[in-house]
Amino acid sequence: MSVGIVSYGAYIPRYRIKIEDIARVWGDDAEILKAGLMVFEKSFPDVDEDTATMAVEAARAAVKRAGIDPQRIGAVYTGSESHPYAVKPTSTIVAEAVGATPVLTAADFEFACKAGTAAIQACMGLVSSGMIDLGMAIGADVAQGAPGDALEYTAAAGGVAYVIGNKESELAAIIEDTYSFTTDTPDFWRREGMPYPEHGGRFTGEPGYFKHVTNAAKGLMEKIGTKPTDYDYAVFHQPNGKFPSRAASMLGFSKEQIKPGLVVPRLGNTYSGSCMMGIAATLDQAKPGDRIFATAFGSGAGGDAFSITVTDRIEEIRNNAPKVEELLANPIYADYAKYARHKGKIRLA
Amino acid sequence: MSVPRFWRKQIARYNLVGTYCKTCEEYFYPPRNVCPSCRREGQIGDFKFNGNGELVTYTVIHAAAEGFEGQTPYVLGIVQLEEGPRLTSQIVGDPKEMHIGLKVRPVFRRLGQSGERGMIYYGTKFVPA
Repeated sequence: MSVGIVSYGAYIPRYRIKIEDIARVWGDDAEILKAGLMVFEKSFPDVDEDTATMAVEAARAAVKRAGIDPQRIGAVYTGSESHPYAVKPTSTIVAEAVGATPVLTAADFEFACKAGTAAIQACMGLVSSGMIDLGMAIGADVAQGAPGDALEYTAAAGGVAYVIGNKESELAAIIEDTYSFTTDTPDFWRREGMPYPEHGGRFTGEPGYFKHVTNAAKGLMEKIGTKPTDYDYAVFHQPNGKFPSRAASMLGFSKEQIKPGLVVPRLGNTYSGSCMMGIAATLDQAKPGDRIFATAFGSGAGGDAFSITVTDRIEEIRNNAPKVEELLANPIYADYAKYARHKGKIRLA
Repeated sequence: MSVPRFWRKQIARYNLVGTYCKTCEEYFYPPRNVCPSCRREGQIGDFKFNGNGELVTYTVIHAAAEGFEGQTPYVLGIVQLEEGPRLTSQIVGDPKEMHIGLKVRPVFRRLGQSGERGMIYYGTKFVPA
């Protein structure tokens, strides 16, 4: 029995700030940062946008793209590290706003940047077991980076929703298998009540990102007997442009394979939305029969790898909702002052 | 706004669910329980608007009410939905882009909150289509 993607939807706020504008405030060298991070600008939300509003916009786009009856959705799981409430689910807001209530299960997921792909895996299990008809998995974040911290150059905003099902005729892409690699690694965290996350600086690269991404990716390819050349496209979690490019070359994937999904230079790191946005951007242009290899990473730490094959159905649904490229187009550029106001970094009396 | 007061109209605010009278074929938003024209002859039921409409009139707020200080200048407008009803809403976008007759579509946004500790109110606003 197959399981896979019935539909997908993305949302990116229109506001962007360039690396130069952030670097100017902190006295950093923008050219060095851009060359090092391979990120040139990042998205940020409007004053009235947060993880819940972006999750809803992405979820509505997913429902619209494949013309899904929302009452068929039996689970809504929203992965984020910036849920608007500490206690009260984002997923109930999404479920109500897409018309999936009241007969469904819902919960919020948290696993740094891979909570959304963990939600995809949970939905795969639920639909495969027959517990639910369709499941919706969302990754959305208004990513937080403390003012002046290295993260501030990349922490961006966006959301992506996937509808997972197992009826062969409905699948726009089949998820052949998934494989996860997880250890207790303190590379990045945020304590209760703290506004910004902390991280282990340079420690985050090797024992965090690269170890978990490469082990998850290799593990999946060994499990199902594939190799990098079997795939047309690849997507790796994108905290910046450099890490996914290096992970790809370590594993034997080419620059061409990761190009369509590498949205981070113009978007920034949307945390829980990051890898899922890359998969969406790839689905936006993949042909039936194309194979996509994807690996998400979440600090803490773990990697979720997926092997995906696109079906003929993609052509029927693709144009019914905004593509990632369309969402990246026509940005509104703003300076650091406006960015700080929108992100609530300026506190009103 | 109190929590129960918001929650009672939550679906209407989230998904633009109003009502429709089958007798006189009139649409209502916010939803009405009784048709003001047909009274007892009215047959009223729920109707979900797709939310496309146009700007009937608008104003730009510079001196904001409490809780909206962080958003100035912002646009408050009256939107006429394709089916007829008119509603007051914030219009998201540059005040300079606004004009009477502007085509608009709905978006899901934060409408407000009860301070830092209270609930967050979500619902529909409009953006230029």
